[in-house]
Amino acid sequence: MSNKIRVATTSLAGCFGCHMSFLDIDERILQLIELVEFDRSPITDIEHCSNCDIGLIEGGVCNSENVHVLREFRKNCKILVAVGACAINGGLPAMRNFIPLEDCLKEAYIDGIGVENAQIPNDPELPLLLDKVRPIHEVVKIDYFLPGCPPSADVFWKFLTDLLEGREPSLPYELVHYD
Amino acid sequence: MTAFIQHLIEQNRYQSTHLLAILRAVQAQYFYIPHEAIEQIAQQLDIPRTQIIGVIEFYSFLHLSPRGQYDLLISDSITDHLLGKHEITAYLEQQLHVKLGEVRADGVVSLANTSCTGLCDQGPAGLVNGYALPHLDKAKVDQITALINLQIPLDAWPQDLFYVEDNLIKAGLLLSAPIALGEALQAAFNRGLPETLSELDSSGLRGRGGAGFKTATKWKFCAEEANADRIVVCNADEGEPGTFKDRVLLNTYAHQVFEGMTLCAALIGAKQGFLYLRGEYCHLHEKLIAILAERRQAGLLGTQILGADFTFDIEICLGAGAYICGEESALIESLEGKMGIPRNRPPYPVTQGYLGKPTVVNNVETFMAAARIAVNGGAWFANIGTDTSKGSKILSICGDCTQPGIYEVPFGTSIQSILDDCGATDVLGVQIGGPSGTFISNNEFDRLIAFEDLATGGSFIIFNQHRNILDIVNNFTHFFAHESCGFCTPCRVGTSLLKNQLDKIINGHGSAGDVVALEELCQVIKKQSHCGLGQTAANPILTTLERYPELYQAQLKKISYEPGFDLDAALETARRLANRDDAGAHLAQIEES
Amino acid sequence: MNKTITIDGQVVPFKDGQTIMEAATEAGVYIPHLCHHPEFTPHGSCKLCTVNVNGRTCSACTFPAMEGQQILNDAKELNEDRKKITQMLFVEGNHFCPSCEKTGNCQLQAVAYHLNMLDDHFPLFYPHRELDASHAEVLIDHNRCIFCTLCVRASQEKDGKEVFAISGRGINKHLIVNAESGLLKDSNLEVTDQAAHICPTGAILIKHTAYQVPIGERLYDHNQIDQVSLNREKLQDEQ
Repeated sequence: MSNKIRVATTSLAGCFGCHMSFLDIDERILQLIELVEFDRSPITDIEHCSNCDIGLIEGGVCNSENVHVLREFRKNCKILVAVGACAINGGLPAMRNFIPLEDCLKEAYIDGIGVENAQIPNDPELPLLLDKVRPIHEVVKIDYFLPGCPPSADVFWKFLTDLLEGREPSLPYELVHYD
Repeated sequence: MTAFIQHLIEQNRYQSTHLLAILRAVQAQYFYIPHEAIEQIAQQLDIPRTQIIGVIEFYSFLHLSPRGQYDLLISDSITDHLLGKHEITAYLEQQLHVKLGEVRADGVVSLANTSCTGLCDQGPAGLVNGYALPHLDKAKVDQITALINLQIPLDAWPQDLFYVEDNLIKAGLLLSAPIALGEALQAAFNRGLPETLSELDSSGLRGRGGAGFKTATKWKFCAEEANADRIVVCNADEGEPGTFKDRVLLNTYAHQVFEGMTLCAALIGAKQGFLYLRGEYCHLHEKLIAILAERRQAGLLGTQILGADFTFDIEICLGAGAYICGEESALIESLEGKMGIPRNRPPYPVTQGYLGKPTVVNNVETFMAAARIAVNGGAWFANIGTDTSKGSKILSICGDCTQPGIYEVPFGTSIQSILDDCGATDVLGVQIGGPSGTFISNNEFDRLIAFEDLATGGSFIIFNQHRNILDIVNNFTHFFAHESCGFCTPCRVGTSLLKNQLDKIINGHGSAGDVVALEELCQVIKKQSHCGLGQTAANPILTTLERYPELYQAQLKKISYEPGFDLDAALETARRLANRDDAGAHLAQIEES
Repeated sequence: MNKTITIDGQVVPFKDGQTIMEAATEAGVYIPHLCHHPEFTPHGSCKLCTVNVNGRTCSACTFPAMEGQQILNDAKELNEDRKKITQMLFVEGNHFCPSCEKTGNCQLQAVAYHLNMLDDHFPLFYPHRELDASHAEVLIDHNRCIFCTLCVRASQEKDGKEVFAISGRGINKHLIVNAESGLLKDSNLEVTDQAAHICPTGAILIKHTAYQVPIGERLYDHNQIDQVSLNREKLQDEQ
């Protein structure tokens, strides 16, 4: 086992935009990779989390699978971080919260234009939707929040380098954005 | 409708300050305020329709959509709960075929909760179209159901349904010897007005609403204002749950209260007075109007009062269901026909009150005491009580005791001796001063009723050992969230957050951090709120958290974190639509380890 | 001799009749606020401007400056409470900044940035609120209203109209429009009214102007609200 810091990442009800932004650290990734090792993440294709130091969660909680994934991360990560607007307040997916779930599902699978073989999917393999999209801190304890849609590459860099160098992470004014 | 409203507006002399009275009358006639009525009133009073809509949506007794022809409200005060509110509401729902919070499909009857109706010693209580219904029991519910189903008009209902008792158990300094008609005014004129104000000063009388500002000082400040158009207001918006002494004072001692107001007018030089009567006490309205007429007849109101060059009269203004209007500046806003939102201070009402005029606002009991002091002198009053709390306090005692009712005790009386008087044994604790006051435990019964120890506007609610403190706190916390006027952020949002956070803990979904979060939230609301409502809204939690931390801790799960909502319930709709009930279609609230 | 108050140790002169906020602004001392605007009657409702005056908490925007006041403003405890109050405003409505055209120019957001607010802290209410897009040039998105009443006051005090009012009680407060239909198109609001331009958040927006300034180049993207606010409000004071 290497003594690198282990980082896991995932996207729940999100668009992977935060992950894309993370990769925007560009050549700094070479520096980072000297210090960290990626565990479960879309970057590695590892399917389940093992013990990690940091978990980065993008997206809110919209279905039962999101809850399970979030719990897996909480269980395995010493530090869990809400990354981006959706993880912090539900974000754009939460804009469905003002439409009853029943109406959403009926529009998509029953009454919508062009729907064929109308039925609401019921395969037990599929996760069920929650009535509302929730921020992740309403399901598990979250240690840090990185706002932004997405947080800029510099936010990831500042946050991770603070942690790696043993400082309490903090974001200066320029890096705090909700958009 | 046009003619009805036209007549109403003429009766109210096209005064926009009478908006509340006009809207109350429209509500009574049509069971809501129709759109056309709003338009007509706006036009004729020359005020924006938004002011009218704002007022309707602010006050609980006014509605934009129809209530039943018989609008039944059940008092949701903790004291009514102690007396079986829950059971009687369920029985009402069953008999009347209407759910709480709904209007029956035929539009005949509606049922809803309402904040404390001030019938705490004779609950569970309710209101029908605003009129008090004490002592509700199954037999009465049967009777009421029959009357409603036969659509018998309210004025043909048996009068005993509306009989409200005084339950005056212990009379002291004031209640044992009411003054004779005109006695206080005559005494003041005989002694001289400045001399009478000095007597009031030396009496040490402080406001009986709870805050305890010195009455003579307030009157003096007002009298010193340059604007000679001064106003006297009697605050009878007795909304603090558990308080009902003003109802009794106005039922039985109204002359003395009005005389106290008239005395104040003489001392400060006011011509106009208002009694702001809470809507829940509208059963007293006609009686009080008659008493005012009687006083005019007797030359105690109107022009040349007692032959002196002194003109003063009193108008009664009925509230419409808003606890916040007990706050003096919110009350003044309400008197002006607006939403009851507390003003920024300064300026204080004594300099700029009703319509910007110097205004004295005092509690019913304060005016009553002032009248007696004018007769008997300051020393007589100052002789009783403690160094800083002179005279007596009239308490509304209710909850778990054998003799609830009105008790007048000298300031400085211990809680234990009051409990002994009213037959309270096996006591767990007492809520002094209502939800905004303090919960004291049975280790503290040597404490005293006094401004310097336990201040109270009169509310005194006793709980026995079988009561659950968290149920009590929950009731109070929901009350404040319901009654917050919404003006300032910390109270508007904070009281609702507080309600939800307490619910989470009480419903067993709290974890270690949740009590810490609760207390933090309490502190922000207490420190940052605009008025007394917000500043005291967290008291039920803070005073019990201080005394019974273990009660809160016992509610918590032994885990570090608990979701903020019911996970499995959040899947219910999706489960139903997908017609699934397999293991994967459910979520455990906490992860199995 | 000039009368003075002291804010965080700094001596600040004031003229009789000035509020603490007015004296502070003139002296270049920023006190966070949302419902306050120097051109309108102070309201005192958002409570962000709460300061500690001789040990008592007061709203700086309504409380008169008086000789000798010792005032705490930029203090840790006050800023913590301000952050919580801002978080309350965020969870009470639906503030999805990424989809709001006011983002970057929004005072609610800017105050939150200033207070280094990184999350909502409290559970979100997700209230159901409506949109009024009926007017040809002005839009109301009730999701973003914080009840500061600036539009109400601007309409009354500057435009000589009564287009807006706040109705309801407690958490059910909401903005209403003075029209028989309740819709903005049927009110006498004009796009030139100050009330249409005064909203500190994205609740009242001028249509067809959304993305004239790109995100990233907007008012608060690189400037903190303390400086922006002081520059603007001092200018208004002097006029």
